[in-house]
Amino acid sequence: MSSSSIATAAYLVAALLFILSLAGLAKHESAKQGWTYGVSGMVIALAATIGLTIHDSSTHRTTVVVIIVAAVAVGGLIGLWRARIVKMTEMPELIALLHSFVGLAAVLVGWASYVEVERKGLGGFTGSLLRIHHAEVFIGIFIGAVTFTGSIVANLKLSVRIKSAPLVLPGKNAINLGALLVFTVLTVGFIVHPALWLISAVTVVALLLGWHLVASIGGGDMPVVVSMLNSYSGWAAAASGFLLNNDLLIVTGALVGSSGAYLSYIMCQAMNRSFISVIAGGFGIEAPSGGDQNLGRHREISAEETAELLASASKVVITPGYGMAVAQAQYPVAELTRTLRERRVDVRFGIHPVAGRLPGHMNVLLAEAKVPYDIVLEMDEINDDLADTDVVLVIGANDTVNPAAMDDPTSPIAGMPVLRVWEAKNVVVFKRSMAAGYAGVQNPLFYRENTQMLFGDAKAGVDQIVSALAAVVRV
Amino acid sequence: MLIGVTCETRPGETRVAATPATVRQLTGLGYDVVIEAGAGQLSAFADEAYAEAGATVGTAEDAWEADIVFRVNGPTLEEVSRPKDGATLVSTLAPALNPDLVDALSARPITVLAMDAVPRISRAQSLDVLSSMANIAGYRAVVEAAYEFGRFFTGQITAAGKVPPAKVLVAGVGVAGLAAIGAASSLGAIVRAADPRAEVADQVKSLGGEYLPVVVEEEAQQSTDGYAKATSEAYDEAAAKLYSVQAADVDIIITTALIPGRTAPRLITAADVAGMKPGSVIVDLAAGMGGNVEGSVAGERVVTANGVTVLGYTDLANRLPTQASQLYGTNLVNLMRLLTPDKDGQLVLDLDDVVQRGITVVRDGEKLWPPPPVQVSAAPATTGQQTGTPAEPRKPLSTPAKLASVLVAVAVLFLITALAPAPIPQDFTVLALAIVVGYYVIGKVHHALHTPLMSVTNAISGVIVVGALVQVGLGVGTIQILAGIAILLASINVFGGFAVTRRMLAMFSKGN
Repeated sequence: MSSSSIATAAYLVAALLFILSLAGLAKHESAKQGWTYGVSGMVIALAATIGLTIHDSSTHRTTVVVIIVAAVAVGGLIGLWRARIVKMTEMPELIALLHSFVGLAAVLVGWASYVEVERKGLGGFTGSLLRIHHAEVFIGIFIGAVTFTGSIVANLKLSVRIKSAPLVLPGKNAINLGALLVFTVLTVGFIVHPALWLISAVTVVALLLGWHLVASIGGGDMPVVVSMLNSYSGWAAAASGFLLNNDLLIVTGALVGSSGAYLSYIMCQAMNRSFISVIAGGFGIEAPSGGDQNLGRHREISAEETAELLASASKVVITPGYGMAVAQAQYPVAELTRTLRERRVDVRFGIHPVAGRLPGHMNVLLAEAKVPYDIVLEMDEINDDLADTDVVLVIGANDTVNPAAMDDPTSPIAGMPVLRVWEAKNVVVFKRSMAAGYAGVQNPLFYRENTQMLFGDAKAGVDQIVSALAAVVRV
Repeated sequence: MLIGVTCETRPGETRVAATPATVRQLTGLGYDVVIEAGAGQLSAFADEAYAEAGATVGTAEDAWEADIVFRVNGPTLEEVSRPKDGATLVSTLAPALNPDLVDALSARPITVLAMDAVPRISRAQSLDVLSSMANIAGYRAVVEAAYEFGRFFTGQITAAGKVPPAKVLVAGVGVAGLAAIGAASSLGAIVRAADPRAEVADQVKSLGGEYLPVVVEEEAQQSTDGYAKATSEAYDEAAAKLYSVQAADVDIIITTALIPGRTAPRLITAADVAGMKPGSVIVDLAAGMGGNVEGSVAGERVVTANGVTVLGYTDLANRLPTQASQLYGTNLVNLMRLLTPDKDGQLVLDLDDVVQRGITVVRDGEKLWPPPPVQVSAAPATTGQQTGTPAEPRKPLSTPAKLASVLVAVAVLFLITALAPAPIPQDFTVLALAIVVGYYVIGKVHHALHTPLMSVTNAISGVIVVGALVQVGLGVGTIQILAGIAILLASINVFGGFAVTRRMLAMFSKGN
């Protein structure tokens, strides 16, 4: 039993544990177990690799140990610290940022491998294997760099440090295709003659491509983008696995890559978007239309009137959106839910697949506020019940409840499945102003006869309703 | 600008064109309001309440001389001269039925807006007086019927015996009909409803009623202006039969069938009335327009020989004055919101807008009645109920194209694996299998767990740290620096990703 065969065995165990982890995370009951599997897999993989590295490094063993301990300790502390302080509403930004680290790490691994093989002549590659290694270095760096800048842009957009509107450069598709073409040409050049400038050039091209891909996607489509970047970060790890001939990296990378891609695919279907155009970037380019359409007048409602409406209702559905996250309204919403449930009002939540800025964003926020998860339903589960519902509260959602998606074939969001809230007897929309939603589309829902608008901050609005409800005599 | 609210002069009128609540909203739009003393008395609004809301209480002259005059009913011919030159008069007018009044008004240099001429389109709903008053009339019709009816509406089983529920038939399902269905079913009655427009069936059901279709060989009619139209002969015959059968069965009939600009259709014949049980009640909301019921008299209560009470009241909205004033006042506020785009108390009339054009009878002495017809883009059926067919899903690749691409992919994979030297084939095997496993593992993920799943896969993809760790061991300075940074970054991922997932999972809890 050599040290490397021990490591291989450990990798196999780790890979299986990762698979169990992902499988466990698919259900509530087994989610925590899945987490434990994931951590165990990671511990085994790290322990085996560190042991192998230290065992194999004949010289400078102390230096190696110091670097490993220092880097893991510092990185681990930063990670734990960020995870502790992050607000649940900022989860999308954090996850996007974490993706960028994987991307950057993949770039560095690629560069280090280049230095190892080309400059120092280590690794013992010859003939076609050497050329394959060249290609692997290139591909690894390319995917890693695209993931890196793409995630950085996603992070900046999600944290509103740059404008979330899609960037529309003239000939954007040509730019993307051109970058791929340049990448191919550079790869061929590098295989024939591995030069430093080629590898630098590909890094720059990939960084620019990643930036452009995500910059040209509007903020409203960010849930898909984040999940797509998740997939990219997996492929980056898989490419590094090829580079280093490490099966664990390949397995894990492919697991993450394909599961992330499938998750993006599910979401694309939920939005009736083409999966290919998402992966290629820049599918949020439709010009906002109908901004000046005269849709009529909306009617306003006060928090007190909403409380009365809720007190006399027997079935209430709450459809939250990103606005709830922005206003940090999940706690008052949970409080409102509790109050209404105590009054024997049937309260449920309808969550659109792309509500928020991250898949499942709303669920996380509601869970944080201790809303029981069995009353939080998916769009398809609740859509048919909306017609029997007395009151729907739309809190900070807009495009996901826009009837234009079904009624108006010219609408930019036409064909996107939406929550059919307008079928309910009453709809109360919480909104800061009459401005258009993230997709820049006017929402005819606001002008429907059964819709009333409650303007102002969602958190303050819900708080007022909760206190007004206490005043309404129990029926 | 100053808005004047006058006392209503028509006999029997109990409503008023503004309430303290609407006065507050009007002042919010930048207007000053003067109200004639005692105008709100019959609607139970005291002058003090208006004053408190910010209105000035004045004489009839003060109110009539204002820049804008609000009224419930149109002026009499004598009152046409009372608004000052350049003033705007807003009231209900029935301009189609009162050509003399329209002519008299257009002889004055004033602007006249008819609240009962609002086009029936969705965005004008909030100022549609006919709707808001019909709502009241429908409700009140049930209350009047209940008052005359000698029994409970709801069925009960009591110690003193079993009480059967009352059966109510509502003929004509417009706003008034729907209000009547809602009120009657909430009192516990069995409610049935008939209307030529089959698309109202869902609305009837939503209010607790049962829709009675008239079975006839004729495509369901749908009008373009949102109102009911006259029906064909074959239909009328079938409908008459339906009404005869129902009349013999039900205890209460409420008829609300009105066709604009025509006499009301005759739905219930004298024979039908004669066939009803003694003690039954009929409320004919169309009595003022000729009546849906043979023998109903406008404004009167008639008892037939067989003991059926037929109510022909035309003032149902006036019998609920506080409510009616509040709704009418709010209609006026919504109109002023439309006419005061800048909220600065300056009235701007935009005749390019179909709603504003529709209600403008006279502008500065120029007669603009009748307005060009407004084609309602969607009849009620298509605005509210139908959600339209969802856009077609994107066209998938044709089967041959799909097959071809799969074959090409298989061939490429086969060639790469077959031609590449070791260890590439093994790597590809591992890759391909892992992709398939990843796809299946994720297949049935619960939607709520998307975020934790993503953060855990994110932590797992930090496994790239393994690659960096191997490189650190090579003992070359440059490589060690690069790999060291990579280890640091990936560690953030591993620790941060797992920690944040744990935090999220701890929050999910099941109710009860």
